[in-house]
Amino acid sequence: MTVTTAGVLFILSLVVALVAVHKPFGDHMFRVVSGQRHSRVERGIYRLVGVDPAAEQTWGVYARSVLAFSAVSVLFLYGFMRVQNHLWLSLGFDPVMTHGAWNTAVSFVTNTNWQWYSGESTMGHLVQMAGLAVQNFVSAAVGIAVAVALVRGFARRRTGDLGNFWVDLTRITLRILLPISVLGALALMIGGAVQNLSAGTEITTLTGGSQTITGGPVASQEVIKELGTNGGGFYNVNSAHPFENPTRWTNWLETFLILLIPFSLPRVFGRMVGQNRQGYAIAAVMAILATASITLTNVFELTGNGTVPQAVGAALEGKEVRFDVSNSATFAAATTLTSTGAVNSFHDSYTALGGGMLLLNMMFGEVAPGGVGAGLYGLLVLAVITVFVAGLMVGRTPEYIGKKIGSREIKLASLYFLVTPALVLIGTAAAFATGNNSTALNVGPHGLSEVLYAFTSASNNNGSAFAGITVNAPWWNTALGICMLLGRFLPIIFVLALAGSLARQQPVPASEGTLPTHRPLFVGMVVGVTVILVALTFLPALALGPLAEGL
Amino acid sequence: MTTSTPAPHGTADAATAGTPATHGDRASGGLLDPKQMIKSLPDALRKLDPRTLWRNPVMLIVEIGAVFTTLLAVTDPSVFAIAITVWLWLTVLFANLAEAVAEGRGKAQAAALRKAKTDTIATRLIGWTPGARANGYREEAVPAPDLKQGDIVLVEAGDIIPGDGDVVEGIASVDESAITGESAPVIRESGGDRSAVTGGTKVLSDRIVVKITQKPGESFIDRMINLVEGANRQKTPNEIALNILLAALTIIFLLAVVTLQPLAIFSKGYQGAAPDTQAITDAGVSGIVLVSLLVCLIPTTIGALLSAIGIAGMDRLVQRNVLAMSGRAVEAAGDVNTLLLDKTGTITLGNRQAAEFVPVEGVNAATVADAAQLSSLADETPEGRSVVVLAKNEFGLREREPGLIPHATFVPFTAQTRMSGVDLTPDVGPARRIRKGAAAAVMKWVRENGGHPTEQVGQFVDEISGIGGTPLVVAEHVDDQPARALGVIHLKDVVKTGMRERFDEMRRMGIRTVMITGDNPRTARAIAEEAGVDDFLAEATPEDKLALIRKEQEGGRLVAMTGDGTNDAPALAQADVGVAMNTGTSAAKEAGNMVDLDSDPTKLIEIVEIGKQLLITRGALTTFSIANDIAKYFAIIPAMFAGIYPSLDTLNIMRLSSPESAILSAVIFNAVVIVALIPLALRGVRYRPASASKLLSRNLLVYGLGGIVVPFIGIKLIDLVIQFIPGIS
Repeated sequence: MTVTTAGVLFILSLVVALVAVHKPFGDHMFRVVSGQRHSRVERGIYRLVGVDPAAEQTWGVYARSVLAFSAVSVLFLYGFMRVQNHLWLSLGFDPVMTHGAWNTAVSFVTNTNWQWYSGESTMGHLVQMAGLAVQNFVSAAVGIAVAVALVRGFARRRTGDLGNFWVDLTRITLRILLPISVLGALALMIGGAVQNLSAGTEITTLTGGSQTITGGPVASQEVIKELGTNGGGFYNVNSAHPFENPTRWTNWLETFLILLIPFSLPRVFGRMVGQNRQGYAIAAVMAILATASITLTNVFELTGNGTVPQAVGAALEGKEVRFDVSNSATFAAATTLTSTGAVNSFHDSYTALGGGMLLLNMMFGEVAPGGVGAGLYGLLVLAVITVFVAGLMVGRTPEYIGKKIGSREIKLASLYFLVTPALVLIGTAAAFATGNNSTALNVGPHGLSEVLYAFTSASNNNGSAFAGITVNAPWWNTALGICMLLGRFLPIIFVLALAGSLARQQPVPASEGTLPTHRPLFVGMVVGVTVILVALTFLPALALGPLAEGL
Repeated sequence: MTTSTPAPHGTADAATAGTPATHGDRASGGLLDPKQMIKSLPDALRKLDPRTLWRNPVMLIVEIGAVFTTLLAVTDPSVFAIAITVWLWLTVLFANLAEAVAEGRGKAQAAALRKAKTDTIATRLIGWTPGARANGYREEAVPAPDLKQGDIVLVEAGDIIPGDGDVVEGIASVDESAITGESAPVIRESGGDRSAVTGGTKVLSDRIVVKITQKPGESFIDRMINLVEGANRQKTPNEIALNILLAALTIIFLLAVVTLQPLAIFSKGYQGAAPDTQAITDAGVSGIVLVSLLVCLIPTTIGALLSAIGIAGMDRLVQRNVLAMSGRAVEAAGDVNTLLLDKTGTITLGNRQAAEFVPVEGVNAATVADAAQLSSLADETPEGRSVVVLAKNEFGLREREPGLIPHATFVPFTAQTRMSGVDLTPDVGPARRIRKGAAAAVMKWVRENGGHPTEQVGQFVDEISGIGGTPLVVAEHVDDQPARALGVIHLKDVVKTGMRERFDEMRRMGIRTVMITGDNPRTARAIAEEAGVDDFLAEATPEDKLALIRKEQEGGRLVAMTGDGTNDAPALAQADVGVAMNTGTSAAKEAGNMVDLDSDPTKLIEIVEIGKQLLITRGALTTFSIANDIAKYFAIIPAMFAGIYPSLDTLNIMRLSSPESAILSAVIFNAVVIVALIPLALRGVRYRPASASKLLSRNLLVYGLGGIVVPFIGIKLIDLVIQFIPGIS
């Protein structure tokens, strides 16, 4: 089987699996977020936190709950890392330095999981399990909860209530993320991923040298890393490490887990607004963008560009031979199309255009299919903007799912899509203006791409590293930390405000004069708006990076 | 009103104004006259004042950019810098020109209206009470502007009515051509629904006492002048939303351009050997080029035309003799889900008309027609006239002059007898008496004259009533014989021609039509079916109407209606779009948010189309504007950076001749496209009723795809010309 055939089979089997699973799994998620009955454990948690599970929250209260929860999480994580040397299972590591702890605390709470450090030589097992892994669960749950709140905004009428954040958070964590993580971890262990609390095993190598083979709760962390589109690896080399991602089929499973929730959420959207076809339309937009991106990344990597890749037939540098070029490219596209940021290959070594494609995936705002929850709400905001322009063209005040898109809605949607480009562009420009780009290992266009990638990844809460740049410095840790924080929570505030404003409306009944938002024409238009808005914003910067290098 | 003065913008407008537009050019506007552009130039220059321009953030950015490049061009002059600067200033000027031209069209109309607003001296009556005797009050002369609400004035033949008000005594014919452009005088009388008079119109005969209802300076004409001039024009909700989106896009592009500089300096430093160009040096991209890039990227096309589109939309309404009290109402018209239409006058012709002669057994239809015609000659009611017309049309029976028939005595129709007829008493032969009228009345007459109306007559009467018609029975009584019924005339409401097609169109646009009528449900259903409306409200009282509107609105629907009577006022106020007839009462005009000067209820349909057209034009030009950016990128990015990275010349797919000509071409295209689109902005995008899907595909194809392709061609063509300018190539 050639590399190309294997690559195509890998992609097709993923598509088949996602198509098969999205409906039952989406329906399950729908029941979780709309159910009223609470298990004993959940009731215990509500009593412990002091929450009335029946109490509804307005958008303001919901947003404050998200922010308060996240603020406490950041502070806790920061403190945890700062005192880890005093804790159990610290493996003798020093406390994490201030700017590093700040960066990592923000990184895991914002679902970014940008890692300036090598996990195996910086974080003890307890910090990994009780600190970082917990955030892998709850930061993912926060994303899904916010998306659900936005969908409630579309689905509900004449109300200020968007649900209860604490209930959503608890139910999503316990009923969606946890069960799959347990099953997934078992599967990965069968595949060969390690799961222990070992502090490392000394071995003597073939040449007689001595080496420490690290161990740890890897499989359990690996599965939520993918499922929650987190991406923070136990090991520095992330999913390229054989203990995290041992074989081809675990690689398939991990890619599948990355895409599972993001591609199933449109189903939840369709169910909640009572029109499944609206969900399919959103899923179609995601699928079109994802398919195009994955295909292009594969083409760029397989056809190679440059002397060495052309000589060996593909761009093999920086890729694991056990995954081959195509599977690595597909994984890389999947991880940047979502907000995962896990890597099983070295993105810096991709061809110029292949690496540019990965950049572009994130620049789309990670909406195809995007991070858990974040992808859905990002795409819904883009749909709102598309509806606005398209709606005007049919001669009516634009409306989406029966809700009018007036000046308040457009203001919030505009603010939403301003945030990440502003962070990326200002951050990148600041790095160059202040000379901090000098830590990039490359010069010229590739060096520019390295800096651009770092800010794109942080601001979009992706967390994948192009690498090839040293970011373990106060300026970088601080700047990227700010980008991650603002890139996560400003959009969330705008999304929740949008949800609040939509929920208050009385829906307009659909008629022949209503713009249908489930037909191919509209799907195509959302794709066009996404691509054009991004291309128009980032093209000058991309021209000096990947395009200058790759053309 | 354009018919009252020469239209300032060509004859095409004058021809369409005030007359129902034909299907082909529905909701079209006027042609653009180059002379008008020149005339508007001084206004456009005045609008360069940043204090005026700050209302339009997109163009303000362009102006700031133009000031900046002017400074650069002065300190370091080059052909390129000067050319770019000139075209940037032209871009702002063209935007102002679009607005000035749009306003200019209104200004001419306002001038005509001002003429009507001459300062008259009013005769105020002090102590007047209804029915007061001539010595019960005194008169005093006051200037019209000093009149207050509630003042009573006397207006006599030849006087100009000093202010808006209601007639409280008397009846007069009034020339309202100053407002409506219609020269035929109208009757205004106290009480009822024709009591409203408008200041500035002229009483032609008789005298009336008018109670002033306007506040000083807020007369109908004042409002009209403000409206057509576009003075204190409020931005409409959709316009505000669009402005926010445009501002957001502008901010993004501002960021993209500003943050480019450190990256450019880095790249130039890396390729140190690359020669300096006009576009980029070691100090980065030149200010001129950065500003050019910014201006080309921000949505200048729609930013420049947005205000003109809004003004022109209001203007299109004015041309159709409709005054919208707010732009919000025009936009709401485009959103309307439910249209409430009065049956009489809107859907049907004013009166019922004879449609058929139904003979009883043993009588032929021609006999019935002949008898019906004879008996209707003296019936001057519209129903009676229609019988005569039908007899002529169906049976070729010439209308006979009542005086030319010998020995005929006509019995006119009265409300008491509910019959009309004729008694023929020839010298020779038996006398013959014919009666026609309400079924019950005529049958009673037959019985009184010894006859027995057959069962068949009753059956016909029931059938006709059953399908919503009105049956009139025709009977004759020949001397020495028992009277007998000859047949039945079927009177029915005649639906105006073309209504069904109109309602089908409405349905395609997603608008539900509801017919409002005082008829009983059976009659109402029959007419509703014939006219093709979606629903009807029978035996409707004003309260029912209001309740219906509230019910629709609770379901999230927007409702439009027309009305003229005082009892329509609550419903007009409640409706999202309430169009009051100019013939109606002041209360109705006050309650609605539009006034139709032609008092044509079917115009509601046109208003909806104009509302839609306004939104479509905005959406289409926004799409066009954004789509344009793609081509501009392909012109400017390689022009800026191919000097550093020659491989980027691959992006120069238009093969523009030099970096300078590429950038200048993009800037020129960006400016010229504004002027090219002014006519479209003023006229509005062509609109034909169709479903949303069809409209979207069409407009997306024309303005989306067109927006992508056209600038590639345009920029290339400009480049082909300007490459010969020394200093550019």
